[in-house]
Amino acid sequence: MRAFSYERASSIEAAVTVAASNPDAKFIAGGTNLLDLMKLEIEAPTHLIDVNGLGLDRIEPTSEGGLRIGSLVRNTDLAADETVRRDYGLLSRALVAGASGQLRNKATTAGNLLQRTRCPYFYDPNQPCNKRQPGSGCSAIGGYTRQHAVVGTSDDCIATHPSDMAIAMRALDATIETVAADGRHRSIAIAEFHRLPGDTPHIDTVLQQGEFITAIVLPPPIGGKHIYRKVRDRASYAFALISIGAVIQPDGTGRIAVGGVAHKPWRVEGAEALLSNGARETARGILADARPTEQNRFKIDLVERTLGAVLAEARG
Amino acid sequence: MNHTSRVTLTVNGESRDLDIDNRTTLLDALREHLHLTGTKKGCDHGQCGACTVMVDGRRINACLTLAVMHEGSEITTIEGLGQPGNLHPMQAAFVKHDGFQCGYCTPGQICSSVAVLEEIRANIPSHVTKDLNAPAQLTAVEVRERMSGNLCRCGAYSNIVDAIADVGGLTA
Repeated sequence: MRAFSYERASSIEAAVTVAASNPDAKFIAGGTNLLDLMKLEIEAPTHLIDVNGLGLDRIEPTSEGGLRIGSLVRNTDLAADETVRRDYGLLSRALVAGASGQLRNKATTAGNLLQRTRCPYFYDPNQPCNKRQPGSGCSAIGGYTRQHAVVGTSDDCIATHPSDMAIAMRALDATIETVAADGRHRSIAIAEFHRLPGDTPHIDTVLQQGEFITAIVLPPPIGGKHIYRKVRDRASYAFALISIGAVIQPDGTGRIAVGGVAHKPWRVEGAEALLSNGARETARGILADARPTEQNRFKIDLVERTLGAVLAEARG
Repeated sequence: MNHTSRVTLTVNGESRDLDIDNRTTLLDALREHLHLTGTKKGCDHGQCGACTVMVDGRRINACLTLAVMHEGSEITTIEGLGQPGNLHPMQAAFVKHDGFQCGYCTPGQICSSVAVLEEIRANIPSHVTKDLNAPAQLTAVEVRERMSGNLCRCGAYSNIVDAIADVGGLTA
């Protein structure tokens, strides 16, 4: 790990001012992904701004009837929250499908959104990787690609976003509230928050230098059956091959977000109109532009079959 | 720039001042600076759970957090749970049920086990919890899921589950 200076932020304003003036500074909250990457020198900040003391750890109702989740709420606390369990069960389910009890106790809501891909080539500093070192090439393309993305890929990157929580947030139409160095606040729809790789796969999100997430806001509850189904190589503590986050209404309409298939939580609203035609047509609509490799072509069938299981479960 | 910090931790009930390089993980602070070597370094990447300790009452991976981030925190390691002659009930149950072979993962397994029973009591849901709106249940299936962040390469899993079930009062 490279040496760095360290400070505890005294306020959000102070934190974003420091971060905006120093491109080599990073915020640290749970640190469960950042420190892992720093040990491998994939991330090498020269200055860490500890934001854990900023009091952004509350879950509060919004005036619109939704929920404002502080960016520092731990994954365990979010999954266990009474309102989340009752009204946003999908979010609770997705959270407890990810990581381990130890990690969920430390990992934060904002940090979960900002975690980086687990592509093994990104993690191996000896291999070219456009995400780690722009312009160096992609080792995954033509390499071992069983875990990789099948849709929204580019010639520069086929990595997936690893989060379970973000799949639920996408299906629930969450918005991300931020504050920038100039004090400007903005709300970013989760659909716009994560980027597709294109020719700049090193940029994961639309956040600007120094911009800080203060909260994630859920709109009022929409009812329906909340189901998160994750398919992985072992029963627990593994990243998804694919996952499906669904909210299905009694009339059969619903929302479907898919994990493990793209560089961002994958949802195609237009395909949700096909739900009445069954899993096959809906899955085909969701993955219409898929470009799988020989090794991850199975994900196409897996999405369809998992969606079939989800719809059967929703029918009860 | 200053690359070192002073931090005060409460470890097993005792206040400890440390002058450390900012890079020092909580795990390395415990082992290398405070010589509490019960907590083990396995993978050092949060994948094996050997470094599990309790911080402010919650289990975490000590390898994936910096000591400097824990000013004022209360940390409990395996040494703080119990000592020879005065074992924590979970330590005694691991002995009784033969919940280990080489023993390397055991301190992490025991810290995690104690926390798992507390998490169920606190009604924190898990991936296998059937009804999110009903109290969490202590079952063998729940214990297995909740312990998945602690690997045991000797494969003592079934005896570990027996030890936890025994302490938790679960009759199979």
